[in-house]
Amino acid sequence: MSVLIFIDQADGHVKKAAYEAMSYGAAVAAQLGTSAEGVVLGPVSDDLAALGKYGVKKIHHVNNPALDHFDAQVFTKVIAQVVESTGAQVVVFSNNVDGKGIAPRLAARLKAGLVPGAVSLPETGNGFVVKKNVFSGKAFANIAVNSPIKIISVNPNSYPVKEGEGTAEVAAFNATVDAPKVKVTATNKVTGEVPLSEAEIVVSGGRGLKGPENWGLVEDLAKALGAATACSRPVADVHWRPHHEHVGQTGLAIAPNLYIAIGISGAIQHLAGVNRSKVIVVINKDPEAPFFKAADYGIVGDAFEVVPKITEAVKKLKGMA
Amino acid sequence: MKILVCISKTPDTTAKIAFTDNNTKFAEAGVQWIINPYDEWYALVRAIELKEKDPSIVLHLVTVGGADTEPIIRKALALGGDEAIRVNADSRDSFYVASQIAHVAKEGGYDLVFTGRETIDYNGSSIGGMVAELLDQPYIPLAVKFELNGTTAIINREIEGGEEVCEVPLPVVVSCQKGMAEQRIPNMKGIMGARTKPLKVVEPVAVDTLTSIVGFELPPAKAGVKLVPADNPAELVRLLHEEAKVI
Ligand SMILES: Cc1cc2nc3c(=O)[nH]c(=O)nc-3n(C[C@H](O)[C@H](O)[C@H](O)COP(=O)(O)OP(=O)(O)OC[C@H]3O[C@@H](n4cnc5c(N)ncnc54)[C@H](O)[C@@H]3O)c2cc1C
Ligand SMILES: Nc1ncnc2c1ncn2[C@@H]1O[C@H](COP(=O)(O)O)[C@@H](O)[C@H]1O
Repeated sequence: MSVLIFIDQADGHVKKAAYEAMSYGAAVAAQLGTSAEGVVLGPVSDDLAALGKYGVKKIHHVNNPALDHFDAQVFTKVIAQVVESTGAQVVVFSNNVDGKGIAPRLAARLKAGLVPGAVSLPETGNGFVVKKNVFSGKAFANIAVNSPIKIISVNPNSYPVKEGEGTAEVAAFNATVDAPKVKVTATNKVTGEVPLSEAEIVVSGGRGLKGPENWGLVEDLAKALGAATACSRPVADVHWRPHHEHVGQTGLAIAPNLYIAIGISGAIQHLAGVNRSKVIVVINKDPEAPFFKAADYGIVGDAFEVVPKITEAVKKLKGMA
Repeated sequence: MKILVCISKTPDTTAKIAFTDNNTKFAEAGVQWIINPYDEWYALVRAIELKEKDPSIVLHLVTVGGADTEPIIRKALALGGDEAIRVNADSRDSFYVASQIAHVAKEGGYDLVFTGRETIDYNGSSIGGMVAELLDQPYIPLAVKFELNGTTAIINREIEGGEEVCEVPLPVVVSCQKGMAEQRIPNMKGIMGARTKPLKVVEPVAVDTLTSIVGFELPPAKAGVKLVPADNPAELVRLLHEEAKVI
């Protein structure tokens, strides 16, 4: 018996979400009195042994050129072999883009119950119950997993990374790897910016900013904070901002440590994508804006006057001014 | 070419989220039901666009649900599609639902299965992947763009901070999200036409469930907003640094 963690990587580097998954998996292992092991697919440049610091005792590395690119079907078959060989009873993923591709497939393959979007450690006193987000962040459900193998996908930013001491044993795992059917032909990344889904701080703008020409306000504050930028749906719909910045019920759901909403009313569909943020700051000239009810801090005022002053104060704090 | 689109029923995006029966059941009283937005706006509309381009495409919709899902599936047919299949079973857990859809897909021999990115009530994002595994087909999650070139699909999927473009031979299962298509409003002709489109009801296949919902919880109420005067934004920065410790 063990807990197996899928350590997701891109371009040879372990993703932030994978550190969270490892910390979560190590805690589950401790709870069950067993050890945590990891599986890494494809070529990596990071030092895998150093991942022992996050509580993984052993890492199974499948280094095969067929795993250079993501193909959920191929990845699943390989991970299933590692599950079988290690006798893992709990498999942990991050509920990120790749986790959403693989975890459900593995669940169907192994007839293992899946909890997608877990937000805390399982209750293992009586059965195996995991809390997950439901109703787009408006509630939680406790899900009992009744199968011998259990799969948990942890929501990004809902479990803290815990760094300790230790070195992991890294072992090459010899797996049968199918030829991928999916051929990756291009990767289009927004370079030089913090990806929204991984950002710890997000500065977001709504219709209150009046037009795309005013977005310098949002960008300057984001830059000072090292934050990603986001927007409300109507802003993306009228192409003031790119679609991938749209957060909410029908856009991206995010859970940063800090979400700063500027000129956004706080419609329920918008809140559904951001209400898992740890701290919410709202800047709106209307004291009746519904967003204030969901906020931790707020300023009732004109964004055009207030935001540049906030940016200045942040720069001062960081010694940038 | 045959396409299957998975349609689920969800509470309206503005529905009040509350629970009854000792927090074990969603309080349905007064709730408006809609087609899950990802299924309607992205999966279904993109499939309809493909059919508009190539009228030889056969487009079927499938839902796993009781008779109460029929108004929803008719609404979906009003947008487009040739016929609908309802698997007559309450959706229990994801594996159960996915197994029903995979069974329908196998019987029908579809080249493409579209699902939504996730249901806005369960937020599983898992049915598509499970169906793909049960069919032993490739799966592209979180697609933002979909084109067909003969029997090859060219798909952009979301990755951290961007998109990945990939090519995959049919058959394939795809989960759809924003970017795939633009929301449409059904017209009168569509609504009238939907009444006479076939809606087949099939009985479920026997499948185990692997998970069950023990109960629901609402998040703890926020302590209330701390307002900072507009003429002193530096105070906000101080609070975020010293009190909330997030910057
Ligand atoms: C099914 C469905 C799904 C949806 N999904 C989403 C979604 O995913 N994401 C999303 O965001 N929306 C979504 N919406 C839309 C949502 O209902 C709202 O319409 C939208 O969020 C409003 O955007 P907004 O706050 O930018 O604009 P508005 O509602 O127009 O609000 C603008 C705000 O700016 C303030 N303001 C104006 N001038 C200033 C100033 N100078 N300084 C400071 N404040 C100012 C105003 O007081 C106001 O509160 C959805 C709607 C539906 C029906
Ligand atoms: N009961 C159902 N019947 C048909 N399709 C469904 C059902 N439940 C979910 N789906 C499809 O699977 C997608 C993902 O659902 P989920 O994994 O529950 O978040 C949805 O967007 C639908 O396309």
